[in-house]
Amino acid sequence: MSLKLENVTFTYSQGSAYEMHALKDVSLEIPQGQFLGIIGHTGSGKSTLIQHFNGLMRPTSGRVLFNGEDIWADKYDRRNLRFHVGLVFQYPEYQLFETDVLTDVCFGPKNQGLDKAACEERAKEALFLVGMGEEFYKKSPFDLSGGQKRRVAIAGVLAMNPDVLVLDEPTAGLDPKGRDEILDQITALQKDRGITVILVSHSMEDVAKYVDRLIVMNKGVKAYDDTPKAVFKHYKELEAIGLAAPQMTYIMHALAEKGLDVDTDATTVEEAKASIMKALGR
Amino acid sequence: MKKIIKAEKIRYDYLQYAEEGAEPEITHAVKDVSLDIAEGQFVAILGHNGSGKSTIAKQMNALLLPTEGTMYIDSLDTRDDGELWNIRQKAGMVFQNPDNQIVASVVEEDVGFGPENMGVPTDEIWRRVDSSLEKTGMVAYRLHSPNRLSGGQKQRVAIAGVMAMRPKCIVMDEPTAMLDPNGRREVIEAVRELNRTEGVTVILITHYMEEVVHADYVYVMDQGRRVMQGTPKEVFSEVEKLQELRLDVPHVTQLAHALRKDGLPIPEGILTLEEFTEEIMKIKEGKGGTGHVAEA
Repeated sequence: MSLKLENVTFTYSQGSAYEMHALKDVSLEIPQGQFLGIIGHTGSGKSTLIQHFNGLMRPTSGRVLFNGEDIWADKYDRRNLRFHVGLVFQYPEYQLFETDVLTDVCFGPKNQGLDKAACEERAKEALFLVGMGEEFYKKSPFDLSGGQKRRVAIAGVLAMNPDVLVLDEPTAGLDPKGRDEILDQITALQKDRGITVILVSHSMEDVAKYVDRLIVMNKGVKAYDDTPKAVFKHYKELEAIGLAAPQMTYIMHALAEKGLDVDTDATTVEEAKASIMKALGR
Repeated sequence: MKKIIKAEKIRYDYLQYAEEGAEPEITHAVKDVSLDIAEGQFVAILGHNGSGKSTIAKQMNALLLPTEGTMYIDSLDTRDDGELWNIRQKAGMVFQNPDNQIVASVVEEDVGFGPENMGVPTDEIWRRVDSSLEKTGMVAYRLHSPNRLSGGQKQRVAIAGVMAMRPKCIVMDEPTAMLDPNGRREVIEAVRELNRTEGVTVILITHYMEEVVHADYVYVMDQGRRVMQGTPKEVFSEVEKLQELRLDVPHVTQLAHALRKDGLPIPEGILTLEEFTEEIMKIKEGKGGTGHVAEA
């Protein structure tokens, strides 16, 4: 179940005075089960990119392939594609609309044509996966806290049993604990169920901690595509394009400059700690 | 120093009606909170989602009135109806969503909206618009359409709009939550500058611990109560307690804390990269204050 982009270019308002290339010749292959991070400055093309993954946007040129099939070929069932590639938009809680939590989460599977019992089974499983217990089933989604609403919205996409889960800043506006909980649950899903997770984030700390592979978008092109560690080696270049490295990167470089023999590739607190203890001979 | 905001044992109850005529369900959003904020201070309020931070913020310019207790803004009681406009003029608010706060179709008109409503004479409005745009670094955008600006720029326009009302304090309720790292930096730098050069009192509500490091004083809220207070150094010294409250500490503080737990003689409450490297280098050169560990 791989997702592949071949030389994708997307141009807004083509042929007019406002013509703008949101994506320029982007090629990319995402194998099943990968945890992929996408970072980029506002306007770098991240959101345009992810909307190509499930056929919400059509490339001006180039191809998008899911399982080797061109999703823009004649007769390709894009409606069905959207059950396989689930997209969670920014602030998804604004899209909750039903009278109670369980019914809201049932909406996706219902559209897939499942019967009521199967829908509820899927919904209950999805709610369990995001840590929302039975006590919430009959509550109005509008009486929940921000973090709880966010989980319900994510469950709504999970209930469709997607092979690929795309999340656009799923933790924006959540408190630190809520952020950790959601990202931990998503990681567990990726590990246990083998689903592909694509995470768009502004937090360098989060991508350093969670993803296997990191893509940096800049002005519609792929600036870097590598492991987070390898990408953060270019922290000075990242700053030039309006991004930054995790705080640990700066700390480790500052220590190295003062002559301490530490690993400047460390990006998480645990790695930094281990490296500093070692450098100090403890 | 003069107190600009004084909260005395504030309580605030939200009432929720399940159906018409039924007994309301009462949520105590804020319980017995007292605050004392001196003029010119930069104060941060931390707390997880639902801890009562926003409810407190809305009391600071009389958008909400205390169920019990009293809130004074520059010695004016917020429950005094006759003073409502004076209070709102003294304490300006900036909210989370940059798109919900812009009213005009041109930046300079948006900034002038507040003083115009206050009945400020036209020439004075323009003088204020000029100086507010300058202070927030938005002069170059004065004739732009706000909807073409980035989130950080929009928030700076919102701040300029508040500044044009010449407030004594600005209350900011998660002004950076919806911004990217650049936008966050722009906004925080703009308010720090206003605080330093104009002496405007700033009350910043946030989830980003890095934004709190430079505050003069920090309050931490949990379940409607004020549970911690102190300088950033004092508050961030209690890493475990903050984590229990579903909060974080800055990453450098977290690293120092982890090293300390492993026996490195490094003090608690390290807040900046500079402090951290200095302490580590002291240890390397064998000058680390082992006393800190013994104390703990």
